[in-house]
Amino acid sequence: MRTQKVELTINGTTYSGHVEPRMLLSDFIRQVARLTGTHVGCEHGVCGACTVQIDGKTARSCLTFAVQAEGHDIRTVEALGKQGALHPIQEAFWEKHGLQCGYCTPGMLMRAEEFLASNPTPSREDIIEAISGNLCRCTGYQTIVDAIEHAATLLKSQTAEA
Amino acid sequence: MKPWPFEYHRANSIEDAIATLGRHGEGARLLAGGQSLIPMMNLGLATPDLVVDVGNLSDLAYVLVEDGVLRIGALATHNTIMEADASASACPMLVVAYHSVAHHTIRNRGTLGGNICHADPASEMPLVLTLLDASMVIRGARGERVVAAGNFFIDAFETEVEPAEMLTEIRIPAQAAGEGYAFEEMSQRKGDFAIVSAGCRLSIRKGQMTNVRFGLTGAGAQTRRMSVVEAKLEGAGPDDRLLAEAAELAVVNSDPSDDIHADAAYRLDLVRTMSRRVLAAAVRMTAKQGAL
Ligand SMILES: Cc1cc2nc3c(=O)[nH]c(=O)nc-3n(C[C@H](O)[C@H](O)[C@H](O)COP(=O)(O)OP(=O)(O)OC[C@H]3O[C@@H](n4cnc5c(N)ncnc54)[C@H](O)[C@@H]3O)c2cc1C
Ligand code: FES
Ligand code: FES
Repeated sequence: MRTQKVELTINGTTYSGHVEPRMLLSDFIRQVARLTGTHVGCEHGVCGACTVQIDGKTARSCLTFAVQAEGHDIRTVEALGKQGALHPIQEAFWEKHGLQCGYCTPGMLMRAEEFLASNPTPSREDIIEAISGNLCRCTGYQTIVDAIEHAATLLKSQTAEA
Repeated sequence: MKPWPFEYHRANSIEDAIATLGRHGEGARLLAGGQSLIPMMNLGLATPDLVVDVGNLSDLAYVLVEDGVLRIGALATHNTIMEADASASACPMLVVAYHSVAHHTIRNRGTLGGNICHADPASEMPLVLTLLDASMVIRGARGERVVAAGNFFIDAFETEVEPAEMLTEIRIPAQAAGEGYAFEEMSQRKGDFAIVSAGCRLSIRKGQMTNVRFGLTGAGAQTRRMSVVEAKLEGAGPDDRLLAEAAELAVVNSDPSDDIHADAAYRLDLVRTMSRRVLAAAVRMTAKQGAL
């Protein structure tokens, strides 16, 4: 099958590759852009591990072809923070044990960021509904809800300081 | 798993999409939000050889009210529709039911047009649009036709839309003032497809129920509007015994089968309980709005 040149903007950087139209965005991100923070679990939209943001909104990168994403702005977990300079949401996950194996974490973080931007003072019920599309096989979710609750507080004090 | 190889075409207009489908013949598929088609391709259940991407036709992503009709462009996403003021003011039942459809991230990309063209029998919107007397605008090489929801959904995964046609708009008449409505579903997790869902809308004039619409998913192989139940209620007063009898009638007219999500007996039990609930809730709502 023919390949074609696909050029994508991920975290502000342009990556290009000659790929088949059937290449999933998740595979482009991991194999072409070599950004392996985004995880792949089920490859049919159910687990949420592959969640990224497209034009500011979360999307399953396994339910998007790389070609579809041309001309759109893609953000992955690498855009949040780095070791030693964690994003407040990452810091909250660390502090509240919001992860064990970490497989679900990139998806949880991208969804949490989108969610807290639209609902900066959520209830626990709001948080539970917000992450209903992201599966975690380790934590039992309670510590993830704790982490997102804590992240809301950290983000609020950050805006108050600014 | 990975999808089978295919060619990709990004359509730059409705006309371009329809012409491309027509030229290519069977084997070409439209791609909107991809939230049903791509899982099917990843699982090897759909193997189109040409994918025509209409996802960038942003002039088909509108939600607006015009002359008492809510008009939704086929490419408006679930979240756009759910959050639009036009939906809340003209068709609040749509918004209520949307709380049961998928998860936020899926709703960011999935479109109502793609949802109803996919026509999954466990899907909520085919039922809701049927109960709301919606109609669909379908465009083909020879022009446009408008099909009522009751005729649009032919069978599970089958609609009136021909291979070389495209759904362009969904039209829903605004709900009447004082109307009562309810939608409920039972699913394993929030956002999953329903095991059973039930919907109802009705008005009460001079103590009598009128314009009754009632239907279920999960009560048989496909979505069903239950006209026998509607007929039993139409013109009658909304007393509790009658509502309970109507729910029994819904049970008698259901023939669900066993599957991995639930067995038939459990589904029938849900049909009974949820039918009662939505009927009672719709009646209660009219009372609250001062129509009794
Ligand atoms: C994890 C998960 C949970 C979900 N939960 C639910 C749920 O609870 N309830 C529910 O109803 N759905 C659910 N869905 C499905 C979701 O609603 C999809 O968004 C929707 O079914 C398809 O819309 P789409 O725009 O993504 O269509 P696509 O996947 O792009 O297309 C679907 C089909 O429709 C055709 N099509 C698309 N647009 C048009 C058009 N304009 N004209 C003609 N044909 C067209 C395509 O060719 C394809 O055959 C879920 C999906 C996932 C992955
Ligand atoms: S890998 Fe995309 S949702 Fe599971
Ligand atoms: S931490 Fe292991 S899956 Fe969530």
